[in-house]
Order: sequence, then structure tokens, then C-alpha cells
Amino acid sequence: MSTQDAAGNPAMTIEEEVAEHSRDERVFGFWMYLMSDAIIFALLFATYAVMSGRNAGGPTGHDLFKLTRTLIETIFLLLSSTTFGFASVFLKQERLRPVLVWLVVTFLLGAGFVGMETSEFHGMVMKDAGPDHSGFLSAFFTLVGTHGLHVSMGLCWIAILSIQVLVRGLTPAVASRLYRLGLFWHFLDIVWIGIFSVVYLPGVL
Amino acid sequence: MLGKLNFDALPFYSGIALTGAIITVFGGLAVIALITWFGKWGYLWSNWLISIDHKKIGIMYITLALIMLMRGFVDAIMMRTQQAVALNSQGYLPPGHFDQIFTSHGTIMIFFLAMPFLTGLINIVVPQQIGARDVSFPFMNSISLWLTVSAAALVMVSLVIGKFSTAGWSAYPPYSELKFTPGVGVQYWIWTVLISGLGSTLTGINFFVTILKRRAPGMTLMRMPLFTWTALCTSILMIFAFPALTVVSALLGLDRYLGMHFFTNGAGGNMMNYANLFWIWGHPEVYILILPAFGVYSEVVATFSGKPLFGYRSLVYATAAITLLSFMVWLHHFFTMGASADVNAFFGMATMIIAVPTGVKIFDWLFTMYRGRVWMASPMYWTIGFIVTFAIGGMTGVLLAIAPVDYLMHNTTFLVAHFHNMLIPGALFGYLAGYQYWFPKALGFRLDEKWGKRAFWAWIIGFYLAFMPLYVLGFMGMPRRLERYDVAAWQPWLIVAELGALSILLGIVLLIVQLVVSFRNRAALRDTTGDPWNGRTLEWATASPPAPYNFAIIPHVHGIDALATMKEDGTVGAKPASYRDIIMPKDTGAGVMIGGLSFVLGFAMVWEIWWLAIFAGAGIWAVLIARTFNDLDFHIIPAREVEKKERQRNVPRPATDADALLMPRRV
Repeated sequence: MSTQDAAGNPAMTIEEEVAEHSRDERVFGFWMYLMSDAIIFALLFATYAVMSGRNAGGPTGHDLFKLTRTLIETIFLLLSSTTFGFASVFLKQERLRPVLVWLVVTFLLGAGFVGMETSEFHGMVMKDAGPDHSGFLSAFFTLVGTHGLHVSMGLCWIAILSIQVLVRGLTPAVASRLYRLGLFWHFLDIVWIGIFSVVYLPGVL
Repeated sequence: MLGKLNFDALPFYSGIALTGAIITVFGGLAVIALITWFGKWGYLWSNWLISIDHKKIGIMYITLALIMLMRGFVDAIMMRTQQAVALNSQGYLPPGHFDQIFTSHGTIMIFFLAMPFLTGLINIVVPQQIGARDVSFPFMNSISLWLTVSAAALVMVSLVIGKFSTAGWSAYPPYSELKFTPGVGVQYWIWTVLISGLGSTLTGINFFVTILKRRAPGMTLMRMPLFTWTALCTSILMIFAFPALTVVSALLGLDRYLGMHFFTNGAGGNMMNYANLFWIWGHPEVYILILPAFGVYSEVVATFSGKPLFGYRSLVYATAAITLLSFMVWLHHFFTMGASADVNAFFGMATMIIAVPTGVKIFDWLFTMYRGRVWMASPMYWTIGFIVTFAIGGMTGVLLAIAPVDYLMHNTTFLVAHFHNMLIPGALFGYLAGYQYWFPKALGFRLDEKWGKRAFWAWIIGFYLAFMPLYVLGFMGMPRRLERYDVAAWQPWLIVAELGALSILLGIVLLIVQLVVSFRNRAALRDTTGDPWNGRTLEWATASPPAPYNFAIIPHVHGIDALATMKEDGTVGAKPASYRDIIMPKDTGAGVMIGGLSFVLGFAMVWEIWWLAIFAGAGIWAVLIARTFNDLDFHIIPAREVEKKERQRNVPRPATDADALLMPRRV
């Protein structure tokens, strides 16, 4: 076994080789999980489309949606993707402090999004426009709520990974997990763009 | 404190339910007692429950499948018996009970016989066929297994505590909504389906990545064995279809738990949406069930004809075509729901088109046998039984694909006969052939041939007797799921069907006898070379049973039928100059813990014991998070240990002149 590979880099031990292949596989596997998640969202979108007019004589999107609020939620979420991008750049530069800082900022923006959405849901329930009032509302709460749940899971994931970064440092394993979290976070961003295009904008117009 | 759980949940309301519950409870206690008596808890835990070895996981899946076959069959014979006697009479089963039985029969056979059986075969065989040491995600593999076991446990518990759903295995609303079926039955169904469905989705991801990323060098996609190709396509179907089942059962759950209106009768609910979402999963699901069976038939036909598979390329393209088309036919499950003629026509045509690639496969298998040296070992019996019988069922499928005909046949016993014709001689015979074929590889000794053939005859005679009358009855207008009837002309056919069920019962008993006899004679039946059938694919190059790492040296592949090529080259069994250290994943109890916690979670959610559900859910998250902090999840097998293991085994036979007669050059 030579101690250098073809490019003159130091050869990896068996453990390192296996670990690197494993990380590649995990990223690929995570993409496949995201595809299955995309199907879930696609079906929830389809269900929403079928049920968007079925408000049983009760409140419609026009009555309930406020575009300013949706705009702020969108800014929070899209900005949080940008800040996660900053964290990713610093991750590539292997600078631990900035990675942590931008992860925290991302968390705060994401938490802001979830907070606003929770208060939106709460307000609707208080106005007798909860998910148990009509098919349209069931579909709305489930689609938007599933997205919100995913974002909340993402927030937990950011918290846990931040602890791991602190405890373990920016090891290849931790870096790979951050990369997958990034895929997840940006994916949720794309779903949100779908949501305000299919749910909020048509609802208001 | 205990949600909706109280003493009324115990099955004292019916003698039959009580008997079933007692058998279940005593069965479980007997197993626990036996393990304790033989002092095997330690062995069971450290060698099986915490194992993340794909071969052991596969064996555990198939064990679950065979146990649940018996559970699901009890339902079948209860129904057959009821229908044989219930002319102008109550029969012996009250209606509510009969409804539970046909619901649990379908649910158990699909989710806990068929899915685990095919998943088990894929688990044992595919990594070996591609020359890999394990799947890409061994820990996730373990989670998939234990989620499936946990869901099966939930169904078994429903026999003892509470009742199972009466809404059919497809749980159509509005009947399955709270208004028409209050009670825990549908909840049991929802959580069973959610938990095992998650396991299947994860399996799909696992094998998709494994097959694409862990093939031995030289094994291009078009050099993979057919069973691996069908496993790849099955994995694609699992990844893309199971989310639909997750969505539809979750939405039904939201209707029932939180009073939402997805599928309710009023307030804007849309019941037709349920049928669409369910069958968007349901149709690809039946292709998930059949493709691995087709893969088995491909392997068996080639091996037992002593020839390469005819039309390898066409078999691959046919498999891919079936995979794609399976997403385009789902509406044929509800032609009568009221779509326009144009819509029905589109799906009817697509349904007919999807029969074509299957026909291509049948011809390919027949041409493989043509001019081959066919030898009739047990797996070949199941295969030929399949080819003849499945063709009948396929034709009835094309008949049903004509929407106007389906208007007459929908929900009659004709349909029941059709899909059992697909599932039993199609899927189940395939799994049983695979079981007979790969048993020596998995456990190190062959199954007794004589009993295997007897079991086959009991099964196929039983199938014809049990289901051909149902075709006739469907033409005569008998609806499905009838608990009693008053048309005297139907009864003789139902009695014949009951005889068929008894023959299948004999078939199951004979399979058990085969297992017992083989185990007792295992020394004589031992597979010493790892290649009892003169196989053509790489799994026959490993020992029987294989070392944990499968291959000491990853083989280099030069063509289709990698092992057959190696035999012809004379390179099979060549011992390498030196061995390297091998890294393998470490066993862990986290998978079985997650399974146990998910059972608790499902049970708690069924009975609305919220504090217990939260506790179980938090426990699952805690195990996963602890796992993610564990960087020492592998162990190293040193080279000298590998060498010692390899020196101890015999090698597969190289090609001899006699073998050359069995393996003619491809023309």
C-alpha cells in the first residue's frame, strides 16, 4: 500500500476511505428522502387544490389571509436560507466561530417564522376558522402546518448540530451532517415558495 | 390516565374473539417460556435482536412473514367456512366479526406477509449479488425491520385489546370516518399502516442507494442480475409510492382525531379524494409485491435451465416499463366512482398496456427454458406453477381493464379471484420459490426436496379449488365480502372453495413439516460449497451461510452472470495472495429499541393515552439523537481473522465438462 495516491495526496487509511464513501452515500440517500418528502408535499398541494373552494359556507382565504404577514414570514424564511448559506461558506473555510454564529442567526429567523405562523393559526382558531370547520380549512392547516412542522424539526436539528459543532468541532462527519441540514433547509424554502404561490396569493386575489 | 382504555376492550363479547385472543396470548407466552427454558435470551439479543447484518435482518423479516402467513390464513379459512355454510343462515360468525376478519386478512397479508417476505429476500440476496459487504445504511435497515415488527405486534394486540377495523383493508370513508365507525378499530389500522409504511419507505431508500453505490467494480447496471434489477425498481416504487399511503392514512387520522373534513360527508369533505390518494399508493404497491417475485423467477429459470437468461435486455426494459406505467393506472380501482368516459378510457388503456411488459417477461422465461437442460428442483415447481396460473389471472385483469366490463365485475368475487390469482401464484409462489432457492445460502443447509414438492402440489391444487369458483361466482353476480347470502346456486361453488382453502392449509402444514424435517436432517443436507444449485450469480460465491463480510476480497465482474463467467474462466474460488482488514458496522440495540418505542407510541395513540404517546415519541427522538453522537459505530475485522475464516471454507465448483453441457454458449 503506497502512502500517496495518484495526485500526491497522503493516502487514506481504510477507516477514512470507508467513512468518506459512507458520507457520499448518506448525502445521496438524503436526497432520496427529500424526494419522498417532495411527494408528500405534492400530494398535500394536490389535496389543497381540490379542496380550496370547499369552505362549506364558512371563511375563505380571502377573509383570512393577510399578505403583509405572509410577506414577513417569507422574508424570515428566505433570509434564514441566506444565513444558512453564509454558515455553509464558513464551513468550507473551516472557521468554526462564524459557522456557529450564522447557525444561531438562522435559528432565530426560523423561529421567527414558526412563531408568526403559530400566531396566525391561533388567530384563525380563535375566529372559528380552525381546521375542523371546513374541507378548505383542513387542507390549509395540514399543508401549511406540515411545512411548519418540518421547519420546527429543522430548528431542532440546527440546535443539535450546533451542540455537536461545539463539542466535536468541524469534523468531516459533522460537516456532512451540516450539508444535509442545508439541503433540508433549502428544500423547505422551495416548498414555502410553492405555498405562498398556490395558497396565499390565489387566496387573496 | 389510560385514555379510552378500559376493561370493555377485552374480547369477552364473543366466543370466537375470545378464542382468538387466548390463542394469541398463549402463543406469545409459549414462545417466551421456550426461550427462557432453553436459556436463550442472551443468544437472541446479541446474535439477532441487535444485529444490523443484512442477512440476519432478512431472515428475521422472512420469519415474521411466515408467522403472519398463518395468522392471515386463519382469517381466510374462517371466511371460507362462513361462506360455505351461510346460505339462508347466520353462519357461525356475527356480521361485525366477519367484517373485522376480511379487514385484518387483507391488511395482514399485504403488510405483514408479502412486504416482509419480499423485503427479507431482497435483504439476504441483493448485497451478495452485487458483490457488496452490506447495505448502505445498516442501522436504518434495522429500524425498518423493527418498525415492521412493531406494526405487526399492533395488529396482533388488536385481537386481544379492542377490535380491529371493519372498514376493509382499504378503509374507505365515509364508513371509516368517526361518524360511522367510532371506536379504535380504524385507529389500529391507521397506526399499523403508518408505522410499517415508514419502514418500507426507508427500505426503498436503503436499497436504491445500495444498488447504485455499492456494486462490485466491473458490474455496470446492464451486468446486474435480474433479481437486483427488480429490487432496484421495487425500491423506486417504495420511495415514490409509500408517501401517498402516509398522506392518506394521516389525513384520515386527522379527520378522526381532530375533527377535520378531508373525507367527511359534509363540511366540504371530498370522499373521492381518498380513493385517489389510496390507490396512487395502492397500485404501485402491487407492483412492489410482484417485481421481486419476477426477479426470483428470472434467477430460478436461468439456474434450473442451465442457461443464461433469454433476452436480458428486454427483461430489464420490461421491468423499467412496468415501474413507470405502474404510476399511470390507479384509477382502474374505481372505474365506477363516476369519472367521465374519457378518463376511464385513458386508465383502461394504460392498464392494458402494462400487461404487455409482463407478457414479454413470460416469453423470455419460456425461451430461457427452451433448449436448456431443465431440471425440476422445488423452486422450478413454483415457477412453472406460476407461469401457467398467473397467465389466467393476467387475462382476467385485461378483461377488468375494460371499463364497461368492470362496471359489471367491480366488487364481485370475480375481482377477488383476479387479485388473489395475481398475489398467490404470482407474488407468493415467487417468494416461496425464492425461499426454497436461497434457504441453503442463508442458513447453510438445503430444504428437503420431497416435502417441498408435496407442499407445492397442495398449494397449487388448493389455489385452483379456492379461487376458480370465485370467477364463476363473480359471473353469477355474487358480491365480495358477503357474510351471508340467499342464492342457493352459489353454495356448491363456495363449498369447492372451502375445499381449496383446506388444501392450502395442508400446503402450509407441509411447509412447516419441510422446515422441521430439514432442520433435523441438517447435517446430511449441509451446503458445503456455498453453491448447491450450480448458480450463475455472485451470491453463490460466498460461503453458506456467508461470513459477516460476505466477500473477503470484492470480486471484479466481467460480464452478466458474474459467477458463471468466473466458472468458465476458471477463476472461481481462486485464493488471493493476502487479505486486508475489513471494516464492518457494529451491532446496536438502538433499532430494536426504536421498534419497541414505536409499538408503545402506536398503542398509546390508538387508545388516546396522550402522556404515554409523548413519552414514547420523545424516547424515539432520544435514541436517534444519541445515535448521531456515536462516531464509533464500526469495528475492524483484522486480516488474519479474515484469512482464517476463508481457509476454513470449501469453494464453489469450477466449471467442468459436465457443467459445460449445462451452460451452452449464448447464440
